[in-house]
Amino acid sequence: MSKTSNINRVDGFAKVTGSATYSAEYKTPGITYACLVGSTIAKGTIKSIDTKKAEWAPGVLAVITHLNVDKPAGYEQPKKRENLGQPLQIFKDNTVRYYDQPIALVIADTFERMQYAASLIKAEYLKEEHSTELEKVKDKGKLPGGERAKDYNRGILDGYKNAEVVLEEEYTIPTEVHNPMELANIIAKWDGNKPILYTKSQGVEGTRKSVGNVFGIPAEDVEVHSEYLGGAFGMGLHTWPYEIAALIGSKKIGKPVKLVLHREQMFTNVGFRPYTIQKMGLGATKDGKLTGLTHEALAMTSNYEDFTEATVNMSRFMYDCANVSTKYRIAELDTCTPIWMRGPGEATGSFALESAIDELAHKLDLDPIEFRKRNHAEKDLEQNKPWSSKYLLECYEGGMERIGWKNRKNKPGSVREGEWLVGYGMGTGTFGSFRNPTTVKAKFLANGSLVLQCSVNDMGPGTATMMTAIGAEITGIPTENVIIEMGRSGLPKGPTQGGSATTSSVGSAVHDTCNLLVSKTLGLATENETFKNIPITDLSFANGAISSKKDTKKSVSLVSLLNNNKLEELSVENESKGSEEAKKYSIYSFSVHFVKVLVNPNLGKIRIAHVVSCADIGTVINQKTSAGQMYGGAVGGIGMGLMESLEIDHRFGRAINNNFADYHVPVNADIEKQEVFFVNKKDPISNPMGTKGLGETALVGMAPAIANAVFNATGKRVRDLPITLDKILEPSVAKA
Amino acid sequence: MKNFQIIRALSSKSAVSSIAKENSAMFIAGGTNLVDLMKKNVVAPDKLIDINGVDLKKIEFLTGKVSIGALAKNSQVAEDKVIKEKYPLLALALAAGASQQIRHMASVGGNMLQRTRCSYFYNTDMPCNKRVPKSGCGAIGGSNRMHAIFGASDSCIAVHPSDMCIALAALEATVLVEGPKGKREIKFTDFHRLPGNTPEKDNTLLEKEIITSIEIPTNNFTKNIHYLKVRDRSSYAFALVSVAVGLDIQNNTIQDARLAMGGVAHKPWRLTEAEEFLKGKTVSEATFKKAADLAMKGARSYGDNDFKLTLGPNAITEALTIAASK
Repeated sequence: MSKTSNINRVDGFAKVTGSATYSAEYKTPGITYACLVGSTIAKGTIKSIDTKKAEWAPGVLAVITHLNVDKPAGYEQPKKRENLGQPLQIFKDNTVRYYDQPIALVIADTFERMQYAASLIKAEYLKEEHSTELEKVKDKGKLPGGERAKDYNRGILDGYKNAEVVLEEEYTIPTEVHNPMELANIIAKWDGNKPILYTKSQGVEGTRKSVGNVFGIPAEDVEVHSEYLGGAFGMGLHTWPYEIAALIGSKKIGKPVKLVLHREQMFTNVGFRPYTIQKMGLGATKDGKLTGLTHEALAMTSNYEDFTEATVNMSRFMYDCANVSTKYRIAELDTCTPIWMRGPGEATGSFALESAIDELAHKLDLDPIEFRKRNHAEKDLEQNKPWSSKYLLECYEGGMERIGWKNRKNKPGSVREGEWLVGYGMGTGTFGSFRNPTTVKAKFLANGSLVLQCSVNDMGPGTATMMTAIGAEITGIPTENVIIEMGRSGLPKGPTQGGSATTSSVGSAVHDTCNLLVSKTLGLATENETFKNIPITDLSFANGAISSKKDTKKSVSLVSLLNNNKLEELSVENESKGSEEAKKYSIYSFSVHFVKVLVNPNLGKIRIAHVVSCADIGTVINQKTSAGQMYGGAVGGIGMGLMESLEIDHRFGRAINNNFADYHVPVNADIEKQEVFFVNKKDPISNPMGTKGLGETALVGMAPAIANAVFNATGKRVRDLPITLDKILEPSVAKA
Repeated sequence: MKNFQIIRALSSKSAVSSIAKENSAMFIAGGTNLVDLMKKNVVAPDKLIDINGVDLKKIEFLTGKVSIGALAKNSQVAEDKVIKEKYPLLALALAAGASQQIRHMASVGGNMLQRTRCSYFYNTDMPCNKRVPKSGCGAIGGSNRMHAIFGASDSCIAVHPSDMCIALAALEATVLVEGPKGKREIKFTDFHRLPGNTPEKDNTLLEKEIITSIEIPTNNFTKNIHYLKVRDRSSYAFALVSVAVGLDIQNNTIQDARLAMGGVAHKPWRLTEAEEFLKGKTVSEATFKKAADLAMKGARSYGDNDFKLTLGPNAITEALTIAASK
C-alpha cells in the first residue's frame, strides 16, 4: 500500500467548500418544516394537550400528537425489549417515559412559523414519581439477554480475595453525550407507500430495516440517503423517534418534511453513553503477578428498551490472570435509551480496569508498565485462542520513548516544573476487530475510470478515501480516476459503520472485488487480437493497460479494450466475508495512550501538556485519515477524562447542562502537544490487507491514562469522572 | 421565537425616544446574548431597536480618563494599543471572555447587560425567580456549581458572568447613561446590584435608559496587574472564579491596591477590605494569604459550589503573587 498510503481525503474539498450535501440540505421542492415539542415531566401521562393555538397560527400545516396520529402498522406488532428491540413508539399513547420525550410534531410552511407555533403548545400532565439516579437503584440491576452479557468465570470465583496484595475500588462514569456538530436531521417524504429518507444514519441497511418494521413494509421498499455525516460517534446507530415522526408527518400532509433537532434535544433524545458504576477487585503476588481479577458493572438503560455493551469484557482477556470473574447488570431509569458511543463498553470498562491496574502497581511499588509487562497475555485466555497478531509491547515502547517516561517517578508529587506538579500516566485500550459481510460493485468505465459502489456510510473516518486507496492499489487506476458511490440504498449492500469494522469489511470487499474485476478484464483481453494465444496467466494489468508479461510491447489500454468490445462498462459485483481460518484466532486491536499532565494544586487546574497515542491496528491504509481518527478519538477521551458529564437535576429528572456552553468538550487550548504512533505491522489473519480496527481504540484507555497521570502528579486518585478541578483542590475552609 | 419588528436608531436620543413609546421593546447591539435569550423564549420583545448605527464606538483618551463608547466592540477595546498600555487589566479581562468571534460582535454596553448563565434561568420550564418572579429558585438545592458565594439571597444565587466588568469594577469606572429624563452617571460598582427579593433586576439602569459610554480614571495600575480566570476548560467557558488585581508597588511596598472577583456574586465583587489591608504592606506570601482570608469573609456555599470556598482564596493569593512578580 505504498503509493496510496498518504492520499488526501477524497471528499475533503467538497466538505471544506460546502459543496458536500448533508441530509437536511437536499433541495426538495415543496419542503415543509417540522419540530418536536418535548414533555416537561420525566414520568407520567399527558392529561390534556392544547394544540388549538398552534393549529390556528399562520402557516401551520399540521400538529400531530397521540390524539390524532395515524399509527404506523408496525406499532401493533409485539416487540422484545432486549437488545434495542423496542424503540420508543412516538405518539403511540399518552405515556411520558422521560423528560423532553416528544409529545407533539408541528409542521409549517416556514421555519420561523413552525418555531412560533411550537411555542404555543401547552400540555397538562398527571405526574408520577420518576427515577433518574442510578445510585438509587443499585439493587435493581438485572441480567440482560445476550451471550456476551452473561456472568463469566475462569478459575476460582472472586479469586482475587485470596491474593497477597488486594485492591477493591469502585469507579463511576457519568452520562456522556455524542453531540456531533451536525445535528440529527432528516428530510422525509413518500412515494406512494414507499418512504424516502435523507437522514443521519451510520447504517443505510439498518435504517431501512427499522423503518420498514415500524411501518409494516419490507425493508426493500424503504429508500435511504445518508451520503455525508458531520460526525455521529454512535448516535446514528439507532433509528430514533424524530425520524419516525418526520415520516408520519410527511405522510399526513402529503409533502416532504424537514426536521432538524435543536441542540438541546441532542442531549435528551438520541442516546448517550450510559452512567455506569463499576466495582473492581484485583489480587496479585508481592512480586507483581496478577492472580485474580473481578470486574462488575451496573449500567443504566431506559424504561422501555434494553441497551447493553461490553463494559466488563476486556477484563477477561487483557491480562494473563488465572482467576477472572465478570458480572454485568442493567437498571431501568426514566430516560431515553442509551446508545453505543465511541469505544462503547471498552471506554467505560477500561477506565475501571486501567485505573485499578495503576492503583495496584502503585501498591506494589512497581512501574505501571512493568506491572503490565509482567502480566502480558500471550494468548486470549477468554476464548483460549492465539492472537492473530499483538504488538502491544511495541506500543508501550513507542509511547514511553516519545512521552519521556524515564522522567516519571513512582512516588506521586515528586516531579515539578516551576509551580506545576508533573504527572505521567498511561492506559491501555483494546477493541475487537470485526469483519462483516459486504457487497461491492466495481466497474471500469469506457473512459478508463474505476467506479466503486457500496451502500456503506462515511461518517468521517475516511471510508471513501480508504476505498479509493485500495481500489487504486489493486487496479493501478490513478486515485483521481476512482469514483466512489456510497451512503444510499439501492447500491450493493454494505455494513453499518460501527465497531471499527468498516475498513476490514468494506476494504476487503473492495480488495476482493477489484481483483475479480482485473481477472475479468484480463479474461476479456485474451479474446483481443494483440494477445492471441497468450494464456491469461501471462497477462498483467497495470497503469490502465493490459500487457503481456513476456513481451511488454504487447499492450492494450483499458479504454481501447472496452471501446473495441463496444462496452460502456465492465463490472463485477461480489460479496466478501471473513474466512474460516480467521475463526481460529482472536483478533483485537490494541492502543496505549500516554499523557503528561501539569497540575496547579492551588487552583486544581489540570493542563494536558503532552499526549502520545500508540496503536497496533495492523496495516495502516492511510496515514493521514488514520492519524486524524486517532487525534480525534484521543481528544474525545480527554473530554471523557476531564469535562464531559450530563448533569441531571433529579428533582425534575431533567438534563440541566443541555447546551454547548455548559456541557464542555475540549478546546484547542486544552491540549498543548499531541502525537500519534502506529506500529503499522500487517495482521496475517484478519483480512487480505492485514488491517484491524481503529476508530474505537482511538478513545479507549485515554480517560484512565489521565486519571493515572493526575494521581502521579498529585497523589489524588479520582475514581468518578470527569476529573474537574474541585476534585483536586484540598478543602482549606470548612463549608458554611 | 415569536415575530418581532426591528427598527434602526441613528442617535442615542432617537433610540431613547423610540423605546419610550414601546412597552415591549429592547435595544440590540451585538446580540450575542439577546439572540440566545430570544431563541430560548427567555425574553420575547415585540420590537428591537438596533442601535448599531449610533455613533458610540469611539475610544477617547481625555485628560485624567478614558472614555469608551458603549458600542465599542470587546475585541476593539481589548486590542487597542493605548488601552493595552494604560489600562492593561481591562485588556486582559476582555481577552479572557468568550471567543474571538463573540468578542468581535459583543459591545461594551451589551457586555455589562448580559444576563446570568444560570441553567435554571435559561430553561423556561424550570423555576427561576429572575426570569419569572416568585416561581422559586431552581439552583438552590439543585445544580449550582457555577453559583454565588457572596451576596446571594433566598430568591437567587445566580452570578454575573462578565469578565470585563470585573476589571471595570476594580478600575473604578463610571457608567454614563441617557434616558427619557436626560443624562446621568452611575458609579460602576453601583451599576450591578445584588438580588435581594427582586432578582429580576440585574442592575440599577432605569427603564428605557441606554448606556452611552463608560469612563475610567487614569491610574497607576499598569505594571503589577493580573486577571486570573479559573474555569473548567482553557477557553470559551465562564469563570468558576476570577480575580482582577491591580497593585501599585513602590520599593516592594504596596501603595495602592484594587481587587475584584468574578463568578462569585450577582455583581462584580469588589474586595475593599482586602484592598485596605494590602495598602502600605510589603509584598509577601503571608500578606497575600491574609488579604485572601479577609476577602472571603461572609462567603457561603450551596453544595455543588462548596469548592469555591477553597478556590476563592487560593485564586486571590495566586493572582496577587503573579501581579506582584510582573
